[in-house]
Amino acid sequence: MASALTKEILPPETQTSAPTLHDRERPVITIEAGGKWAGFELADLWLHRDLFLFLVWRDVKVRYKQTLLGAGWAILQPFLTMVLFTLIFGKLAKVPSDGIPYPIFAYAGLLPWTFFSNAVTNSSNSLVGNAALITKVYFPRMVIPGAAVGAGLVDLAIAAVILVAMMAWYGIGIGFAVLMLIPLVVLTAVFALAVGMWMSGLNVKYRDIRYALPFFVQIWMYATPIIYPIDFVPERWRWLLVLNPLTGIIEGYRAALFGRRFAWGHLAVSAVLSIAALVYAAYSFKQMERDFADVI
Amino acid sequence: MRPIIQIRGLGKQYRLGTRRPYRTLRETMAGAIASPVRHAKSVLKRINARPANPRERETIWALRDLDLDVGEGEVLGVIGRNGAGKSTLLKILSRITEPTTGRAELYGRVGSLLEVGTGFHPELTGRDNIYLSGAILGMRRAEIERKFDEIVAFAELDKFVDTTVKHYSSGMYVRLAFAVAAHLEPEILLVDEVLAVGDAEFQKKCLGKMGDVARQGRTILFISHNMPAIEGLCTSCLLLTGGKMEGKGTPSEVISKYLNSVLRPDAGRRSLKTHPGRRAGSIPIMEWVELQSGVERPIGAVRMDSQFTVHVGFSCPSRPLRPVLGVTVRTAQGATVFNVNNKFIGGYDFDRCKAGTISCTFDNLPLMPGTYTLDLWFNDRASDLDVIFDAISFEVIPADVFGTAQLPWAYLGPIFCRARFGLEPDSRN
Repeated sequence: MASALTKEILPPETQTSAPTLHDRERPVITIEAGGKWAGFELADLWLHRDLFLFLVWRDVKVRYKQTLLGAGWAILQPFLTMVLFTLIFGKLAKVPSDGIPYPIFAYAGLLPWTFFSNAVTNSSNSLVGNAALITKVYFPRMVIPGAAVGAGLVDLAIAAVILVAMMAWYGIGIGFAVLMLIPLVVLTAVFALAVGMWMSGLNVKYRDIRYALPFFVQIWMYATPIIYPIDFVPERWRWLLVLNPLTGIIEGYRAALFGRRFAWGHLAVSAVLSIAALVYAAYSFKQMERDFADVI
Repeated sequence: MRPIIQIRGLGKQYRLGTRRPYRTLRETMAGAIASPVRHAKSVLKRINARPANPRERETIWALRDLDLDVGEGEVLGVIGRNGAGKSTLLKILSRITEPTTGRAELYGRVGSLLEVGTGFHPELTGRDNIYLSGAILGMRRAEIERKFDEIVAFAELDKFVDTTVKHYSSGMYVRLAFAVAAHLEPEILLVDEVLAVGDAEFQKKCLGKMGDVARQGRTILFISHNMPAIEGLCTSCLLLTGGKMEGKGTPSEVISKYLNSVLRPDAGRRSLKTHPGRRAGSIPIMEWVELQSGVERPIGAVRMDSQFTVHVGFSCPSRPLRPVLGVTVRTAQGATVFNVNNKFIGGYDFDRCKAGTISCTFDNLPLMPGTYTLDLWFNDRASDLDVIFDAISFEVIPADVFGTAQLPWAYLGPIFCRARFGLEPDSRN
């Protein structure tokens, strides 16, 4: 930026002769072996915020362009799953749903879950998928798994339209609690980023991740109160479920939408675990990052 | 004046034999299960040995102990053979890969251009790709918006800017890609051999644009095998050999040093007594081959258009013969370029002898730069007695053969040729 402005303001001869070096906003870049944790710079990430937005926009645009139904998939995926679950678990297995009609109970859980699972899956494959960039140009590598999660948010927003329609259909009113959705979405994204970023780094070195992850994610869904309420689980095992950060988060979504009491304790566990996971993932990512260009 | 780039003791070590660099989890786990103690030890060792154990076997220093200062406004050409460490240097400076040793300080924004079309997505339009690629190369959104029209004009594709890039011709693709990159305005620009693509006309335009950038006082590091481009653009030149700095100075100085080192005095001769390329059924009559250019003999690399001689020593103790030598020049890809032999050319009916040296001289070698091989055919005017394919290879080095300060581009075929042109303007116009 500085140079571009300088070029416009100053006559050309001034630029070539006067060394404007070491003043203005010129960054000093130091390259050393083993930059490690100290190399983690939030400022650098902030500088690349435009790149982050462009990558999100690219991911969304390319995905919708290459598929026949485009944005329809963002809706169809959770919607059809909801229909299926309603038939199997709601009608056949008669799984209780906290006194809320089962379809909307399930959809309220599937909406954040679909976002989470897609974000984690896409983000874990993102580094390998962008190998061409990684070997040719510098930018904070975290932007890539981050953008994959960001693109998931766009799908989440689209799929939320169905939720609004279903709320209206079932005549469920909303209260101020609905504002809690904002921090809840942020928290979901934080946790998805933590898992996705960590997996993306591991995936560069161990390509098994790509095959193992979908299976793992599927199991994870059943370990999260999406098709059943948390009360469905015997009390003495419930603590185990709460250790899954998604438990508190999914419960939070339902509380915010259906005006139930928030389980603040569970939510606090989720928040602490998610943030801790993100810090660990960022640390681990920085460690792995140094080899990306040589290994990928 | 303080340098804008300061490099001290910079080195990069690569592990060799890692053709498949990533491991599968199974291998790691299998190792851990089979011998947990040894595995734990090796993991610990690896952690402790970071950044890399120099004594580790099968490693190579792509770059070693480099000290370098680059002043502001300097346009530094970086030359050297393939594998000399040029690209590694640029990759370290552009922070794509980490050095193993040493440090570098850069005072200013760095833009790197290691490939044409980095970040282009075929499914997106030209317009989309300008924004995307610009952002990837380090431009801010506002900056791209400001330069957008200029970029489209430079790429000469205003009509196609909203067409999906996958429908572009390769020429259009390259033009657009370079146009984005050419409008980067960092204080330090790192450019790898990106000009090796695209048509000659556009290459000239890009070189011109790079020249403009240099005149604005920006610092450029420029890798190229195109010596005239280095000589025309750069204010100084760095020669790397085997990862080490071989010299730095004015481009003409360093380029001639480089060319001298490429003209390896040891190459250009090969024994033919046991040659893997000998055709089955041949009688091993040819004993050695030696190449000569001017007074240099043996020589492994010759300049375009220079005098070039192939000498072949032969011996056939059983009976005297009337030697005929056929020489076939082939490209590195194996395509035949031409063939000569003293029977068909005529006037060279040599007397019978049992041993000697037969030679074949080209006064003006008409080959374009590149690597070529020679097939040798030896006969006695009746049948081919000894045939050796790929008997020896040699390199042809660029030279300004037409005196226009321009190199012929390598993809224009293996031969260059002089020609005369005429024009008769039509009086009706």
